[in-house]
Amino acid sequence: MSNPLSDFLRDYLTVGIFGSLGFVLVGLLLFIAWLIRPDRRQAQKYIAYESGVDPIGDMWSQTQVRYYIFALLFVMFDVEAVFIFPWATQLEVFGWFGLVEMTLFILILLLGLVYAWRKGVLKWA
Amino acid sequence: MSGPSVLAAALQDVLIEPAPGFEVPSIDWAGIAPNLILMLGSILLLTVVSVLKRRVPSWFAPVWTISAAVAAGCAVVPLWQRFADTGPETLVGGAVGLDGFSLFATVVVCIAVVFVALLLADYLPRESLESPEWYVLVLLSASGAVTMASADDLIVLFVGLEILSVAAYVMTAMHRRRVTSQEAGLKYFVLGAFSSAFLLYGIALTYGATGSTNLAEIQAFLAGDVVTQNALLLGGLAFMLVGLGFKVGAVPFHSWAPDVYQGAPTPISGYMAGAVKLGAFAALLRVFVVAFGPAYRQEWQPLVAVLAVLSLVVGAFAAISQTNVKRMLAYSSINHAGFILLGVLAASAAGTESALFYLLAYTFMAAGSFAVVTVVGRTGEHRQSLEDYRGLASVRPGLALVFTVLLLSQAGVPLTVGFLAKLYVVTAAVESGFDWVAVVAMLTAVVSAFMYLRIVATMYFADAPEGAPALRIPAATGVALGLSVVGVLLLGIVPGPVSDWANEAVAQLVVAAP
Amino acid sequence: MFTFGDSWYLVLAAIIFAIGAVGLIVRRNPLVMFMCVELMLNAVNLTFVAFGNLLGDVGGQTVVFFVLVVAAAEVVVGLAIIVAIMRRRAEANADDVSLLRG
Repeated sequence: MSNPLSDFLRDYLTVGIFGSLGFVLVGLLLFIAWLIRPDRRQAQKYIAYESGVDPIGDMWSQTQVRYYIFALLFVMFDVEAVFIFPWATQLEVFGWFGLVEMTLFILILLLGLVYAWRKGVLKWA
Repeated sequence: MSGPSVLAAALQDVLIEPAPGFEVPSIDWAGIAPNLILMLGSILLLTVVSVLKRRVPSWFAPVWTISAAVAAGCAVVPLWQRFADTGPETLVGGAVGLDGFSLFATVVVCIAVVFVALLLADYLPRESLESPEWYVLVLLSASGAVTMASADDLIVLFVGLEILSVAAYVMTAMHRRRVTSQEAGLKYFVLGAFSSAFLLYGIALTYGATGSTNLAEIQAFLAGDVVTQNALLLGGLAFMLVGLGFKVGAVPFHSWAPDVYQGAPTPISGYMAGAVKLGAFAALLRVFVVAFGPAYRQEWQPLVAVLAVLSLVVGAFAAISQTNVKRMLAYSSINHAGFILLGVLAASAAGTESALFYLLAYTFMAAGSFAVVTVVGRTGEHRQSLEDYRGLASVRPGLALVFTVLLLSQAGVPLTVGFLAKLYVVTAAVESGFDWVAVVAMLTAVVSAFMYLRIVATMYFADAPEGAPALRIPAATGVALGLSVVGVLLLGIVPGPVSDWANEAVAQLVVAAP
Repeated sequence: MFTFGDSWYLVLAAIIFAIGAVGLIVRRNPLVMFMCVELMLNAVNLTFVAFGNLLGDVGGQTVVFFVLVVAAAEVVVGLAIIVAIMRRRAEANADDVSLLRG
């Protein structure tokens, strides 16, 4: 019990159990789906799936610049979320102070989103 | 403190009290008011113009920007009173310093913002680039410069530097139709990111050596430390010097400066020479003179001396061989950076004070000089070579006179502020025992005076070329030119109040040499 | 048993930083240069975390958040500049960007 190494490994054991449970669950669901779904083979179904868009040309074709703007927006907002996680773990410790600060932070981010929206970046047309 | 506590009282039932062990940091909103005004001004401007779009008249953004800068400048006045009464303070949990140094720097940044807003108000319509984002970025970068100048923590300093730099990268690259602008933006960005990484690595090593990123704690640690040859700390110092050396454009880290100054939209070049240089030098002074000054000056002074001498010499000699006036001014800004480094090198109260005064003076000179380049460049900024200044005195005598005064001031002719600024830094360097660097500085001043006089001679003694398009000085640019000349002459003839002010600003901050 | 001390992390970080710095100098593709900048910044992150661990100070880890966010903001701006240049010319190569010299 006092051996720190076994404590350390026990944490990984928990992770391992959760991981294998995940695999078992997914496998089980896929198996059930395979049992009950109808099976009608068509050529169309064997095309690579690209968000419902028919794949044209080879895979090194140029991508729309619009995708890139979404990617940039995503990177920005996604990375800002890194500040929210530590706050969430210490929610009770910081109390109202943390809430006010985080509200201000998210408010400023929202203003950035408003700017993107008004610039028409969010519209696909 | 009143804001959060009122809110807390109203929502007491809903909100959880902070845990007993957690000490709520007190945020002195009044103490950081100038920075808040600039930052909120930027965010609000962005929101207002993006929501209202075309319903916002074109004068709104520049007027807003100038108002924000003036408001931030006025907010300094009560804080200066507070500083005079209670001495330097550190706010927001030791992150931001409220002292004379930061207040003086704030005022200089606000002046630079007013100048660039005046110039952009004419420049953007001329180049068909009108969009409020320019002003948003100007205010944002100004807030970054103020953050740097008032940082009491290396991480705050880094964040301020990035706010300043990222906004400057974008403004450099924002001239859509000039390829050179985008090239300059890319170069600035790559080298700027490179230097930021160096600075950050230096901060990391310093943190490892001293156990803190707080400047006051570092200073206290060094005062008690007996180990004088700490490799980690020396490495940290060297890396930080490289990083900040890039930002101030000191040789040998200057390679970006001429390209970026030439490629950037001209008003932005003037702004970079003023505010961006100020931010970087303020950081240099705060870190090296204030935090590392008392205990470690022997270690960094030789390095800064080398940087200063190289900047002085390369800046002066490279400027002579240029034929593009904007590029000449860029190299001369490297020479000026060498002079300001003399003030840093002195590592004394007099040196810091003289560096601040020089930065204020250079903000006026750079804003005015680049304003002239903006006007002479005409639409598209194609006319930047020395040839295009031929006979300017006969076409536009007023403009030529203004440019002459500004150039003479940059050369350091008496009765202009440039003379006094150079005098103060050289005196401070001599007092600290760097006579030889001071001699080099004065020799290069003669060399660069030749370059400035060459421009003046071209304006006065050469014939105007036939068929050049008419030269128009728009109203706001005219105001900026007038302000810069008045500033240069007024500060040159009656420097007393301002130099006294700079003196008081640093008196309690810089610890005298042991 | 052999254990990795904190100095190992510092050495690793220094090596990564050097790789990034050299890569930025010798490579000519702006995208690769950005990656090198990221390498340098992440080497700094590793240094901060290692020092934080060494000093028993949580400050070293909080710095990483700021560096991450700043790095993301920098890259977003840098990519935007590259795209603006790419719209003008087919390939982005730092050697092609050479109108400014003197």
